[in-house]
Amino acid sequence: MLRFILMRLGKAVIILIAILILNFFLIHAAPGDPAAVMAGEAGAADEKFIADLRARFGLDKPLLTQLGIYLGGVLQFDLGFSYRQQMPVADLIFSRLPATLLLTMTAFVISLLLGTLAGVLASARVGKWSDTLISTLALLFYATPLFWAALMAVLLFSVTLNWLPGFGYETVGANYTGFRRVLDIGQHLILPATTLGLFFMAVYMRMTRASMLEVSQLDFVKTARAKGLRSGIIQRRHIFRNAMLPVVTLAGLQAGQLVGGAVLTETVFAWPGIGRLMFEALAQRDYNVLLGVFFISSAMVLLFNLITDILYRFVDPRIRVG
Amino acid sequence: MLKRLTTLAAALLVSTALHAEPVSGGRANVVIQPEPPSLMVGLVQNGPTQMVAGNIYEGLLRYDTDLQPMPQLAKSWEVSEDGLTYTFKLHDNVKWHDGEPFTSADVVFSADKFLRETHARLRTSLEHVESITAPDDTTVVFKLKQPFGPFMGIFEVGTMPMIPKHIYEGTDYENNPANNTPIGTGPFKFEEWVKGSHIRLVRNEDYYEEGLPYLDEIYWHVIPDAASRAVAYETGVVDILPGGSVENFDVQRIAAMDNTCITDKGWEYFGPHSWMWLNNREGPTADKRFRQAVMYAMDREFAKSALWNDLGKIAQSPVSSSTRFFTDDVNKYDHDPEKAKALLEEMGYDGETVRLLPLPYGETWQRWAEAVKQNLGEVGINVEIVATDVAGWNQKLAEWDYDMAFTYLYQYGDPALGVARTYISSNIAKGSQWNNVEGYENPKVDELFAQAAVAVTKEERQQLYTEVQQILTEDVPVAWLLELGFPTIYRCNVKDLVTTAIGVNDGFKNAYIEE
Repeated sequence: MLRFILMRLGKAVIILIAILILNFFLIHAAPGDPAAVMAGEAGAADEKFIADLRARFGLDKPLLTQLGIYLGGVLQFDLGFSYRQQMPVADLIFSRLPATLLLTMTAFVISLLLGTLAGVLASARVGKWSDTLISTLALLFYATPLFWAALMAVLLFSVTLNWLPGFGYETVGANYTGFRRVLDIGQHLILPATTLGLFFMAVYMRMTRASMLEVSQLDFVKTARAKGLRSGIIQRRHIFRNAMLPVVTLAGLQAGQLVGGAVLTETVFAWPGIGRLMFEALAQRDYNVLLGVFFISSAMVLLFNLITDILYRFVDPRIRVG
Repeated sequence: MLKRLTTLAAALLVSTALHAEPVSGGRANVVIQPEPPSLMVGLVQNGPTQMVAGNIYEGLLRYDTDLQPMPQLAKSWEVSEDGLTYTFKLHDNVKWHDGEPFTSADVVFSADKFLRETHARLRTSLEHVESITAPDDTTVVFKLKQPFGPFMGIFEVGTMPMIPKHIYEGTDYENNPANNTPIGTGPFKFEEWVKGSHIRLVRNEDYYEEGLPYLDEIYWHVIPDAASRAVAYETGVVDILPGGSVENFDVQRIAAMDNTCITDKGWEYFGPHSWMWLNNREGPTADKRFRQAVMYAMDREFAKSALWNDLGKIAQSPVSSSTRFFTDDVNKYDHDPEKAKALLEEMGYDGETVRLLPLPYGETWQRWAEAVKQNLGEVGINVEIVATDVAGWNQKLAEWDYDMAFTYLYQYGDPALGVARTYISSNIAKGSQWNNVEGYENPKVDELFAQAAVAVTKEERQQLYTEVQQILTEDVPVAWLLELGFPTIYRCNVKDLVTTAIGVNDGFKNAYIEE
């Protein structure tokens, strides 16, 4: 087991560096650089202004030298400096990480719990009206574009009904503390987390339902029934546990994306997370910030893939890892 | 449509109605978009930085909506008869936000040292200055090499902000840690910046003008999505939407809400002037007749009413009507497809496709490009719209890789500051989108702009600028569109918000909230 983990970690580091190099060239292939963007915003710029900016960003050096400097930094856990934001990239990312994790993990939990629960319910009532209702809803959630759902949710729950705040992380200027603040953040969290969770909720539901139905047709379930086991026990111990395998895989995939943030949701709901940071950095060609976010999120994907593989061992003893 | 426009006009009227005595206290909630990269206005001159920092920092002067100078850090000023010596008398009781006194030494440091190094636009104007001296603590003297007509117009906070000498002298300006906690002399002090969420400014209790400011604090809300910014106003989270906060198609809907006022004032100093760059070097756009045909083909009235809520004006000349020395005694280009067709036929246009770059600043500009494409198509010009983001757009312009491209530029109140730069041949250089990007060369135009900048009397300047406007409207180096009208939308009980030529950029000093 330990050998397996070490080998996988070694591979992960190599993949990570390859991703980093690929990203570096991809980003530099896009037209325009941070100096051009900042010059564009300044309302006036002469050659000296732009040359000064390029020199400050190190953009006047050959591309390979820039890559070398960047990789050298990363190997020493230094993700570089955002000249635009006047902050080290690591500080910038970690300042946005809590908000993103709160959002994505809430969405993760909501979608996983409600999705599997709905899937189990639907599979137990195949063909009945409740199954039809759940399946229809799932299809709807699956097919609705996220930004549209987000805007409609804001329109209904914030503008029309005035039940929930439509954007932001907390009530700016209220200066709440303690439990009142938790409550305030919680209220702000409901709409973005639910909207973000809708898609995966639908996926989990459909997958759980299909998987439950498939497993329930298998011979060992028939055997269990023939042995006279109670239906609830068969559902829980035999069918559900086996049906969860594809759901765990999917959950691993979704978990890998937790840290990458949610660009659309964070933008529509003005949620101060990493997704927005990344989107803005892309528009501004803030290379170091972009690379930093890509680096952290690809590291997370690799990590969660590893965790999924290990989890498999426990969920399904048939699988011998390594 | 007509009814909605009437509502808008009514709202405009309401906003100018009379009101009572100012009251102290309260908070302003304002949208800021996009999030500024920094609040150190001496280092960063982009729009959002100026909008927030204009309340932290100050210049020597402010300008009213007719561009007349008003006292700020300077309480009075004198210009010598030969137009070469400008003497400013400063307030003597001004303190920086950290308690240090503000003196003439700060002015000399800011103008002569700091900004000369960091402020590209001011640097150009300061080339006319021979010396900046401080004979005593409250007097500053600018001596010019030769008269420079627009000199009185470069002292507002965005152009020449005062930077604290005691914090910056002898340091690496760009990396000074104080950049994150800006220290100015302005009516509001920097208090907090939660990146991605909000910026908070609080009242400067030691402000040198008695009784000002009225507000206790300002919250600038960072909301990245235009629809969400509209929602923020509708749900009462913010009370002020500076120009450009919401998409134009949302303006009428929001302006029709209760207790909502709208004004297009507060942009006179900037005079945002929009046009299409036309590449004068190659392709059909190199032919003057083609460029004139483009002017005749465009239905600018339609764009103004359909896309800009009827705010702003049709641009008659390269000079905005809010900028000094504007004249309408020029070639006029009304919508006239027949004239356009005749010109195209005369030049023998063969239907070659021209590439059009929209300005990547949101929905309005995209739609405008589509409207222009349709107008040009009607007279037989084939247009292909090229999609880019901001960085790509900047690069394409800086590399002259375009046929036609939307843009808008500020004029800063005087043709010598904001107009000449687009048309003089010494300003042709790759790498910038703020110079003579179209590649227009005309020695006569160069000469007229050069003379007009240093001419002493107003009459002389007017005469020279009139002539240059006539030549340019004949040659059409670029296709002028509109003098843009950016609406500031706010709750009607916020009073005296827009009182100067830069509006909310330095407006919170006098603003107050009526209960």
